[in-house]
Amino acid sequence: MSIFINRDTRVIVQGITGRMARFHTKDMLEYGTNVVAGVVPGKGGETVEGVPVFNTVKDAVSETGATASLVFVPPPFAADSIMEAADAGIQYCVCITDGIPAQDMIQVKRYMMRYPKEKRMVLTGPNCAGTISPGKALLGIMPGHIYLQGNVGIVGRSGTLGYEAAAQLKEKGIGVSTSVGIGGDPINGSSFKDILTRFEKDDETHLIAMIGEIGGPQEAEAAAYIRDHISKPVVAYVAGLTAPKGRTMGHAGAIISAFGESASEKVEILHAAGVTVAENPAVIGETIASVMQ
Amino acid sequence: MDIHEYQAKDVLSNFGVTIAPGALAYSPEQAAYRARELGGDSWVVKAQVHAGGRGKAGGVKLCQSDQEIQAACEDMFGKKLVTHQTGPQGKGIYRVYVEAAVPIEREIYLGLVLDRSSQRVMIVASQEGGMEIEDISVEKPDSIVRSTVEPAVGLQEFQAREISFALGIEPPLVQQMVRTLKGCYRAFRDLDATMVEINPLVITGDGRILALDAKMTFDDNALFRHPQISELRDKSQEDPRESRAADRGLSYVGLDGNIGCIVNGAGLAMATMDTIKLAGGEPANFLDIGGGATPERVAKAFRLVMSDQNVQAVLVNIFAGINRCDWVAEGVVQALKEVQIDVPVVVRLAGTNVQEGQRILAQSGLPIIRATTLMEAAERAVGAWSNDLKQATRVRAVQ
Repeated sequence: MSIFINRDTRVIVQGITGRMARFHTKDMLEYGTNVVAGVVPGKGGETVEGVPVFNTVKDAVSETGATASLVFVPPPFAADSIMEAADAGIQYCVCITDGIPAQDMIQVKRYMMRYPKEKRMVLTGPNCAGTISPGKALLGIMPGHIYLQGNVGIVGRSGTLGYEAAAQLKEKGIGVSTSVGIGGDPINGSSFKDILTRFEKDDETHLIAMIGEIGGPQEAEAAAYIRDHISKPVVAYVAGLTAPKGRTMGHAGAIISAFGESASEKVEILHAAGVTVAENPAVIGETIASVMQ
Repeated sequence: MDIHEYQAKDVLSNFGVTIAPGALAYSPEQAAYRARELGGDSWVVKAQVHAGGRGKAGGVKLCQSDQEIQAACEDMFGKKLVTHQTGPQGKGIYRVYVEAAVPIEREIYLGLVLDRSSQRVMIVASQEGGMEIEDISVEKPDSIVRSTVEPAVGLQEFQAREISFALGIEPPLVQQMVRTLKGCYRAFRDLDATMVEINPLVITGDGRILALDAKMTFDDNALFRHPQISELRDKSQEDPRESRAADRGLSYVGLDGNIGCIVNGAGLAMATMDTIKLAGGEPANFLDIGGGATPERVAKAFRLVMSDQNVQAVLVNIFAGINRCDWVAEGVVQALKEVQIDVPVVVRLAGTNVQEGQRILAQSGLPIIRATTLMEAAERAVGAWSNDLKQATRVRAVQ
């Protein structure tokens, strides 16, 4: 089993009529993702790439039985769309949108608490590249062909750096069970720890690659969790060794504002927790290959 | 986005936070005039720059006469204030704030931040006002009071009371403190701030609680719904290259090295900088040109990177996912033909159609140094830079 998605997962695309969403819907369909509906308020009845569009997520869910959603809605309306998905019974939601106000995300996180844990939607992102289970399904914007099917679970903040890692693995003939982007925002749906828990339970995942960066406490929290609860080998890389303190490096969340948030401090914390750390991004694939042997 | 102290005070006072009477001035004469308008016999003249640590750096002066105010202002206007937060280049002083001096009995630290652990707004306070919070957390960690706010209902009175009593506020003043805390929280929430800091919040001899300094930072992603806050932006306080980049939709951070970087994606951009460092060089900048590396964006990026006089080599690292390498390569070639570049350029392409991309670069006739892996790219950029440096030195020696 992969985590979150597989060949049968029924997927809706929120904001499907946008230029970017259309493009990636086509791409996902070609990859084999079971995209069953789109949602755009006021555009119910239209079709995009042969996919029927509904006015509300509830309509889409009741007509198609969808359980997963991909959000492409523009930043001012994205938080609302995530909450709509949560309320309509969607189980897994990926939000691609970059630029959602942090306080909107606080509201989203608070809103999701109203559902009992076993019924609560899992959100990954926002500001991420999505999730892919190679050979099964792609829920996001990553290029599917750079991933081989295999047994490394990847969790990371950055899109292109994640591609870099996957490409290095492919070069070595190593495949991926699932790759999950948790996004570069300060307030995100799922943390490294949340995804690590899933990979630990996933039979198909034999090794976990964790690709972090400067800013926030989630890498350090993950380190403690790995030490106490993860039995599978974990290889990590933390980007931003050369990033100055107090400056935002592209991602809204990539800013060193407290102790333990710099790359070197995170590397040290991960080392101390027994995690193998790739010292530079060019050797992520190599490091994973050597740990796998 | 950061705003000035006087702007933050104006914003906070609209939410019920009490401030000392004060006024803004753009010249020494105006500052003296403002002081006379305010009345009293002592004033504080404060340089308005987007940085903390102004006091120690000479940006805050207590004055007791017209002459003193003018003299203090002459020392400030047009100068660069260098504090521990500005970096060595400092920040220009073009405005000063003149405030009536107040008799201070106690100083309190008050901050509101986005706490990434609890994913909520957190209030941080300490009796050790006047010190930087970083120093308080090292020297007097036990003095720090923290309280997170439940977003559905906002800051409750009991929480504000708890904080007040924990700070040792006298019972007759607790109501004022509660009003201050609630005002700060409402300003934070209503205006999409990411940070509010009042340091110090003072208790005066006559029993008033006043914000003597104020700093606010706003969420750039939420400025679209706060046009009145966007108007407070002061470009004189920003790195001109960074503001220019922001206006062009590029994410740029200037650094001190000499190898310029052009990369797609924030994480890969940071990783590229790290690799340059490992290869023995220093990156000149962080630059994320975003997902769609169109020829226009690449050209813009080259212009931006080359506007930094320190850049002696450029490293382009593009992972073409959805885009194809051949298309990105055409963009690089077009950009190099448009923008005059007199330093070595190393290009590393990866992803879709990489061979085709390499062929386009090779056949362009341009002196592009190609690389296939990230490490190779960084080594070649660092190598090209140091060779270039040697040659340049040799030329100079011959002359």
